Amino acid sequence: MKAAAYYKTKKFAVNTLIHLFLISVAITCLYPLLWMIASSLKTQDMIFKDISLVPHQFRLENYLRAWQEGGFGRNFLNSILYTSSVVLGIVIISSMAAYAFSRLHFPGRKVLFIMFMAAMMIPIPGSFVALYVLLNKLHLRNTPIGYILCMINVGLSTSIFLLKTFFDKMPKELEDAARIDGCSKLGIWWHVALPLAKPVLAVVIVFNALTVWNEYILALIIFDNRQFMPLQVALQTFQGEFVTNYPLLMAGLTITALPIIIVYLLMQKYIVKGVTQGAIVG
Amino acid sequence: MKIKGALENYTFVLPAVAIFSVFYVIPFVWVFQLGLFEWDGISFTRMFVGLQNFKEIFFQDKSWWQSMWNASYITLIALTFQNILAFMLAWACDREIKMKNFYRVIFFIPPVLSEVVVGMAWRFIINDIDGANIINRTLTGMGMPNLVHNWLSDPNTALTTVALVHCWKGFGWGFLIFLAGLQTIPRELYEAARVDGASAWQSFRKITIPLMVPVMVLVAILTVLGTMQVFVLIVSLVGGEFAGHTSVPVLRILASMRGSSRFGYACAQGITFGMVLIAISFIQYRFSKNRQ
Repeated sequence: MKAAAYYKTKKFAVNTLIHLFLISVAITCLYPLLWMIASSLKTQDMIFKDISLVPHQFRLENYLRAWQEGGFGRNFLNSILYTSSVVLGIVIISSMAAYAFSRLHFPGRKVLFIMFMAAMMIPIPGSFVALYVLLNKLHLRNTPIGYILCMINVGLSTSIFLLKTFFDKMPKELEDAARIDGCSKLGIWWHVALPLAKPVLAVVIVFNALTVWNEYILALIIFDNRQFMPLQVALQTFQGEFVTNYPLLMAGLTITALPIIIVYLLMQKYIVKGVTQGAIVG
Repeated sequence: MKIKGALENYTFVLPAVAIFSVFYVIPFVWVFQLGLFEWDGISFTRMFVGLQNFKEIFFQDKSWWQSMWNASYITLIALTFQNILAFMLAWACDREIKMKNFYRVIFFIPPVLSEVVVGMAWRFIINDIDGANIINRTLTGMGMPNLVHNWLSDPNTALTTVALVHCWKGFGWGFLIFLAGLQTIPRELYEAARVDGASAWQSFRKITIPLMVPVMVLVAILTVLGTMQVFVLIVSLVGGEFAGHTSVPVLRILASMRGSSRFGYACAQGITFGMVLIAISFIQYRFSKNRQ
């Protein structure tokens, strides 16, 4: 009996220590975010005097000012536009290609697929220099469409890989049935393959949305005008222009971070799946 | 009929191949081509200089090698501190413990945020503006006011500060991958070890560690590739487009392109850096193969 009590106490002590460790890391994770949100609700002169996480007054008008005077409204809509069109483009283009690589036969199938996979493995850190030159030549620099096309390319390889892996394991019977019913190849892709691939498509959508929303370097070199910029680059520009207005900057940061946090909390399941699958890819 | 079918099949891959050829293959080829030229990015003429750019990188460009060292230093801290922390957290969450899911959700919040948001928010916290710096306040409160200083502008602490913020942002990745790895270890192994009288530490050393080696190598490769290429975080955290004494290779490439308008040189730097990255991941991969 004594031994059992001893082990129980020991287990309790160990668990308490582990919780203390985990909680302290969790607080470290949350603190900067809470600080950012709290600061976005303060006034400029309170921001350095009152360092509490719960401000005495909630200056919600900071958000209105950031949206209008700070110009983040425009950039927010740009980010939404880029993210949704790139994700839509990637879903359609990569699922068609992945379906073809998995099911259809044509000369050069293997070589093309290997090319996409090689692109996933080989890092070319200087490619944005050449991309800048290319977009200039095509007159696509400083245009939304140029940025969207570049970003579709960024997500293509990994998405094709994830979807092809799924299609390879998918049973063929359903497609055969559809073919006998007179469905075309395009029809099978749209009516049979895509609906079945929903769980993988969710991973593809969430990950590409995160990538596009958080992207910085291509947006930096492609856009000169603030009116086209997505949030990430606009924040940097804003900081250059209004060095002193911290509450507005913090409001801008919160506007940038919140949608991602919400999407993450809603779609966690797919993100965890994506990280573990993506890890296998690498 | 057969040809028609093949053509129809090509239409499925055509959009992907077209975008890929224009926005990946062409820039890829151009990087290698441009690396041999001296060109300001605007004029119609460019001067062929052969391997001159590479010669300059290897023998003259001190700031380039300084930036390589900086990135390696941050990577070293990420490899040790960040990954050990991630492993310990994953191990703690793999046990029968309450609120597992809560912790898991929280730990992956920093990785989903953009580097701009993380950099700017942390800059605001640790850059000393009118004494708002929370770390300095804590140090003063703990009776150590002599340690108070501006962490990001002091060259002695700037790089380590950057590295720690990078670890804050990145440990969630390692955590999730380690946790997934730990969960694949069959519980029966631990049961059997306990029946045989092994202590918790023994089963950790003889079961957990050996089975996790492949996962550790994977996380190490991902950490090195990700950390060596870090730069947005540094721009947002330290400020200034090319970030002075906390500069890293990608920022040097950007500086060659936008600062001194030397497009050819920027491409040569990109190639050099790409080769280094490929070499490192190849060595790590071989190393893991030998271990198994």
